[in-house]
Amino acid sequence: MKKSILSQRLGFSLLTACTAAVVGFLAIILWDIVTKGAGSVTWKFLTDAPRDGMTQGGIMPAIVGTFFATTITTVLALPLGCCVAIYLNEYAKDTAITRLIRVTIRNLAGVPSIVYGLFGVVLFVQGLRLGTSILSAGLTLGLLTLPWTITASEEALKTVPASYREGAFALGATKWQAIYTNVLPYAFGGILTGAILGIARAAGETAPILFTGAAFYLPFLPRSVFDQFMALPYHLYILSTQHHQIEKVRPLAYGTALVLLGLVLGMNLIAVIIRYKIRKNTKAV
Amino acid sequence: MPVPCAYHVHMRKNARHNRLKEEAIRLLLFSSSITVVILLAGIFLLLLMKALPAFREISAGEFFLTGVWDPTGYERSHYGILAMIKSTVMVTAGAMAIAVPLGVGTAAFLNEIAGPRLREVLKPVIEILAGVPSVVVGFLGIVLFGPMIAKLFGIHSGLNAMNGSLLLAIMSLPTIISISEDALNAVPVSFSEASFALGANRWQTLVRVKMPAAVSGVIAACMLGMGRAIGETMTVLMATGCAIAMPVSFLDPVRTITSAIAIELGEVAFNSTHYYALFAVGLVLFCMTFAVNMVSDVILHKYQSLQR
Repeated sequence: MKKSILSQRLGFSLLTACTAAVVGFLAIILWDIVTKGAGSVTWKFLTDAPRDGMTQGGIMPAIVGTFFATTITTVLALPLGCCVAIYLNEYAKDTAITRLIRVTIRNLAGVPSIVYGLFGVVLFVQGLRLGTSILSAGLTLGLLTLPWTITASEEALKTVPASYREGAFALGATKWQAIYTNVLPYAFGGILTGAILGIARAAGETAPILFTGAAFYLPFLPRSVFDQFMALPYHLYILSTQHHQIEKVRPLAYGTALVLLGLVLGMNLIAVIIRYKIRKNTKAV
Repeated sequence: MPVPCAYHVHMRKNARHNRLKEEAIRLLLFSSSITVVILLAGIFLLLLMKALPAFREISAGEFFLTGVWDPTGYERSHYGILAMIKSTVMVTAGAMAIAVPLGVGTAAFLNEIAGPRLREVLKPVIEILAGVPSVVVGFLGIVLFGPMIAKLFGIHSGLNAMNGSLLLAIMSLPTIISISEDALNAVPVSFSEASFALGANRWQTLVRVKMPAAVSGVIAACMLGMGRAIGETMTVLMATGCAIAMPVSFLDPVRTITSAIAIELGEVAFNSTHYYALFAVGLVLFCMTFAVNMVSDVILHKYQSLQR
C-alpha cells in the first residue's frame, strides 16, 4: 500500500516538473528578450529607418513592410478560408470529396514553411511574373495561413446553434439567406479571432518570404505592391546572422526581436480576449 | 381556374431567381473548397516539375546515396543529400527525445493534476509558446542557448545539432501537448471509475488505464510534433552552425535539409542545375513531412472512430 502512495507522489511530482520546465522555457524566452530588448525600443527606434549600414537608426520600414505583406495575406486568406469553412460546415455531405478536402487541409497545415517559399518562387515570382515583391510574399504567406484560417472559421461556424438556422428556414429563408443573416453574424467573432491568429502567424514567418520579396536593406518605404520590402522577422534574421558587425548590432537585434514578439503575442492576446468575451456572451444567452 | 395575381407571378419569379442564386453560391463555395486540393497537388507537381531537370545532370544514385554536397566544387560539383538527411534526422531525433517526455508529461499534468483554474492559466501559456515566431527562437539559440552549450561542454561554438534539438523541442512542444491532452481527455470517465473501483490509485490509473487507452492519440501527437520539427527552417538555419560535412556527434554543426534550401536558394541562378537540385531537396522534404503527417492523420482518424 505504502509503495503505491510513494509511486503516485513520485509520478505526480515528475509530471509537475515537466510542466514547470515547459512554462520555464516560455519564461526564459520572454525574460531574455524583454529585459535585453527594452532598452533599445524607443520612439525613435520605431519611427526611424536603419542608418549607417544598419548599425544605427530604427526599424520603421520593416514594421511598415510587415504590415503591408500581412494585409495582402489577409485579403487572400480570409475570404477564401471563410468560403471553404462555410462550404464544409453548412453544405458538404460526408462524401469522398469532402473527406479528401478535409485530409488535404490537415496536410497543408503540416507542409513546411520553406516548401511554401519554394512554391511561391515558382508560382508567383517566376510563373505569374510578379517578381520578388510584397505581392508575391503576401500571397505566399496567404497560402501558408489558409489551412489555419479555414480550421478556425469552421470551429466558429460549429458553435452556431442549429436553432438559428432552423428559425430562418421556418420563416421561409433559403439556405444562403439563413447563413448570411443568422449564421455568419453569430460566428463573426470566432472568425475574427481565427483571422487575427492567422495574421499573427504570417507576421512572424520568415522562410516563405526569404526568396519571394523580403529585402536585405531598403532605406525607403515600398511605393507599390511590386516593390521589395523589409520585414520584421527577416530583419531580425539579417541582424543576428548576416550582418558584418554582429556584436555591434546586437542591441538592435534584441529591439527588433522585442517588437516582433510584442506584435505577434499582442495579436494573440487580442484574439484570446475576443474569444473569452464571446464565450461569456454565449453562456449568458 | 383563378387568374394568377401579380403577387403570385412575382413570387414565382422570385423563387426561380432565388434558386439560381442559391446554386451559384453553392458552386462558388464548392469550387473554393476544391482550390485547397489543387493547392496541395500544385505544390507537389511544381516541386516535381522543377526537381526533375536536376536528374538530367545528377544521377539518382549520387543524389540519394552519397553524402557530399558541393555544388560549386572546383573539379566537379557534388550533389549528395545523405549528410543533410542525417543532420535532419539527428536534430529531429534529439528534439523528440526532449519534447516527447516533457510534452506528454505536461499533457498528463493538465489532464490529471491541474484543477480548472490552473488549466485556465496554463492553456494560454502553451498557446503563447506556440505563437513565438521561429526566428525569435532561433535568435535565442544564438545569443542565449548557444553560449550556454559552449560553456557547458567547453567548446568554441554552441551553434550545433544539440542547440537545434533543444530549440526544435521548444517549438514542437505546444503541438505535442495540446493533441496529447485532447487524447487523454477523450478517454471515457468510466475507464477511470472502473480502475478506481478495483482499488487502483490515480497514478496507477493514469499509467495503466488512461495512457494505454489514449496511446494512439499520443503517438499521433508526437508524430505531428515531429513533422513540425523536420520542416522547421529558421531556428535550425540560425542555431545549428550550418556546416555541410557529415555530422558525427551532437556537438557538430549541421546543415539540415531546410537550412540548405534557405541558404543556397538565394545564391543560385534561376534554372541552373544547382537550382533544380535544391527543388529536388525540397521535394524530398515535402515527401518526408507528407508521409509523417499522413500516418499521424490515419492514426488519429482511426482513433477517433474507435472513440465513437
